[in-house]
Amino acid sequence: MPQHGDTDSRSAVDILIASDRVPANARPDLLTEDDIWALLEEVKDPEVPAVSVVELGIIRAVRWDGKELCIDVTPTYSGCPATELIEELITEAMRAAGFRDPKINQVLTPAWTTDWITDEGKEKLRAFGIAPPEGSSSKMSLLGEPEVIACPHCGSKDTERVSEFGSTACKALYRCRECLEPFDYFKCI
Amino acid sequence: MTEAEALKEYLLRLADSDMILGQRLCELCGKAPALEEEMALMNVALDLVGQARNWYEYAAELIDDGRDADKLAFRRDAHNYRNLLLTEQPNEGYAVTMGRQFFFDVWHYFTLKSLAGSSDERIAGIAAKALKEATYHLRRSSEWVKRLGDGTDESHQHMQDAVDILWRFTGELITPDDTDRVMAEAGIGPDPDQLAKDWRGMVNEVLTQATLTPGAEDAWMYMGGKHGEHTEHLGFILAEMQFLQRAYPDATTW
Repeated sequence: MPQHGDTDSRSAVDILIASDRVPANARPDLLTEDDIWALLEEVKDPEVPAVSVVELGIIRAVRWDGKELCIDVTPTYSGCPATELIEELITEAMRAAGFRDPKINQVLTPAWTTDWITDEGKEKLRAFGIAPPEGSSSKMSLLGEPEVIACPHCGSKDTERVSEFGSTACKALYRCRECLEPFDYFKCI
Repeated sequence: MTEAEALKEYLLRLADSDMILGQRLCELCGKAPALEEEMALMNVALDLVGQARNWYEYAAELIDDGRDADKLAFRRDAHNYRNLLLTEQPNEGYAVTMGRQFFFDVWHYFTLKSLAGSSDERIAGIAAKALKEATYHLRRSSEWVKRLGDGTDESHQHMQDAVDILWRFTGELITPDDTDRVMAEAGIGPDPDQLAKDWRGMVNEVLTQATLTPGAEDAWMYMGGKHGEHTEHLGFILAEMQFLQRAYPDATTW
């Protein structure tokens, strides 16, 4: 049981306070758009920490509104509870880089699609144990048959859907008949 | 009625129907018949509440009287709610829960499909996003209607009873009033005739596959939800849903 005054809890508090401060040596005016994208690569999806917000395809633009940095973000699902946390994490990362008042602009159009998850992001999802979305969202039919989903653990295509929905809105629950492991599938939308 | 007035009214209807059905579904949290079903119901509810928020935010901007999305959801009484009566009907067994979802999803799907091409860009954007979610909801609820309807004698009977119980609330989905007509004429909302045709077409198709009999087209229908005349159920939903915000108005930390 950690007690007050433990080194661990003290350092956690220090980190918390430090994150609110703009580092003295930060020079945000020297950062290019590419640098910002590189910083965003470090911001992970809190619910799927294997992928960054860039790999997830939810960062739509990095731009300057006059002198102010403005980042366009699109939510994955209308009710995704991680949306606000993701926006806070992005703001925090930008503050740490020296931007005093970064603007996060939520855009709904065009609507996010799993087609925007990068190839690298899809591989990272698989390595994390989540089967990445199969096929293209534009080819999905309303009542069409689901694609064959390969098990992210053993690669077998002998899998079955347990539930249309999984632990979060963006996932469905599957089971592998080969290695018998359950796994999440990142739904194609 | 001016177009501006109709638009505010129409947005509240979209928001309230999503909100109330979402709240209804959340009552099953911890009580659903199976874990997978619970996850599904909660995810559908989450989508609906998220969509409601998008509609409320737009409505709040247009109403422009200082109320935000939360105040519209949590500080209005039943007679100011504009949700479809279908969405407030209770979870009386799983057949009713899925039947209600199915009738709603068909309406929602075709409404959003039309709204995605709305002349109002903000509406088109919210709808295009919501449509992806509603498509998924409809696929799932129609599968359930077929599975129960075309299942055992017992499940068939439960599903048929659910259709019979809920049918009286479906007329409201496809019967336009002045607000609906003004929205359609402005190119903002769906064409009421097309919506009714699409809704009937898909409902009949799925019910036929499910070996179920739909109600009569000229059956007597309960209307009024869109004008604030609700069944007794809405008051109870709001009492639970709004308790915290009513008891501690403007609290910023829960």
